[in-house]
Amino acid sequence: MSKPLITEADLHGHVDAQAPSSRRTEIEAHLAAHPEDAARTQAYQAQKRALQELFHPVLDEPLPEALRQLAARPATATAAQDQPVLSRWSLQRIAASVLLTLASGATGWLAHGQYQPAERLAQITPLARQAAVAHVVYSPDVRRPVEISAEHEDQLVTWLSKRLGAPVRAPKLGPQGFELVGGRLLPGNSGPVAQFMYQDASGQRLTLYVSTEIAANHDTAFRFSREGQVNVFYWIDGKYGYALSAGIDKDALARVASAVYDQLDRN
Amino acid sequence: MDSRAILAELPRLRRYARAMVGERAAADDLVQDTLEKAWARVSQWRAGSDLRAWLFSIMHNLRVDQLRRPALSTRSLEEDPVEPPTRATQTDRLEVRDLESALARLPEEQRAVLLLVALEEMSYTEVASVLDIPTGTVMSRLSRGRERLRLILDGQQPSTPLRVVR
Repeated sequence: MSKPLITEADLHGHVDAQAPSSRRTEIEAHLAAHPEDAARTQAYQAQKRALQELFHPVLDEPLPEALRQLAARPATATAAQDQPVLSRWSLQRIAASVLLTLASGATGWLAHGQYQPAERLAQITPLARQAAVAHVVYSPDVRRPVEISAEHEDQLVTWLSKRLGAPVRAPKLGPQGFELVGGRLLPGNSGPVAQFMYQDASGQRLTLYVSTEIAANHDTAFRFSREGQVNVFYWIDGKYGYALSAGIDKDALARVASAVYDQLDRN
Repeated sequence: MDSRAILAELPRLRRYARAMVGERAAADDLVQDTLEKAWARVSQWRAGSDLRAWLFSIMHNLRVDQLRRPALSTRSLEEDPVEPPTRATQTDRLEVRDLESALARLPEEQRAVLLLVALEEMSYTEVASVLDIPTGTVMSRLSRGRERLRLILDGQQPSTPLRVVR
């Protein structure tokens, strides 16, 4: 009865070698007298070793390039630049100037563009999100990825333009390695939107989401968003909102987005 | 805060993220967001303070935010095929999977404490500061997490063929 009281915290301290050395003898005596506690602490120790063994290999994995590059101070990280918490898909990771640098073949991914004020984001992010969802829904479909195939591109474009109430067209992405598969009409926030699907030689698919629902009417530079596994570049041009989605890396997608932008700009 | 110091912390951040999140791509996304956030808040970091603890607490806060938000389930299209475990021949592999799935069944807050203690070998006070909770809460979560993990693993392990029957 006069034995010192051993707490649950002492047992964990023993497992983690964090118990004060003055307690060690008492804890050991307690464990010797209480086989159930001894068995439990042994199980915890085994658990700890097993977790270390299970996750230790991650330490030896080569670092993904994107992470390696983010370890470097981005050009825009200056001391005064604290930003409010922006959610994952609203993070503005690239500015147009950076994109142009990339498109012109400069090396290095400078992931940090300028962060945008939240009220502007509120109008724009749904576009990227909608586009990503549409991409995820239709691009894996092997048999029916589109409603009208590229063989009938004229009909497709005429139909979509008519339904959207504004001329739309499918940019040519052959030089970037992507051929038109076809397109479909989708419901947007308040009316129809269009989706064009492309595919490269390896079967990698890319979708261009075109909305004419944009009410804000101010043009934007390229924005980048990642929605789960899908990367999205999106921008607004007059009443048109465009979002290019694919499961390919940002650099490659940036090059395609730049080509799309150039062609649609000459409308 | 210099790049080399951050680079040195990356493997540990990735390991913790992997253990917390489970899926590799999602875990690396979390690390990526952590780095972006760290650079955006670089002015809040005091030179000479513990960079690892600072990065881990940024990651923890991002993870909490992430879980609060309803997730858009855009999952990888090339997920590993689900292998049915075959008990007779793959005992080791099965145990690994058991531990991973048992870990995933812990409540998030217990898992966080358990992993910071087990993988990072942080002291209880360090864990308290990274997670911004009192040390007493660290101890109770650690205790509940460990016990729960033990029970889950006990329930799953195939019984030894020659068990002494009392």
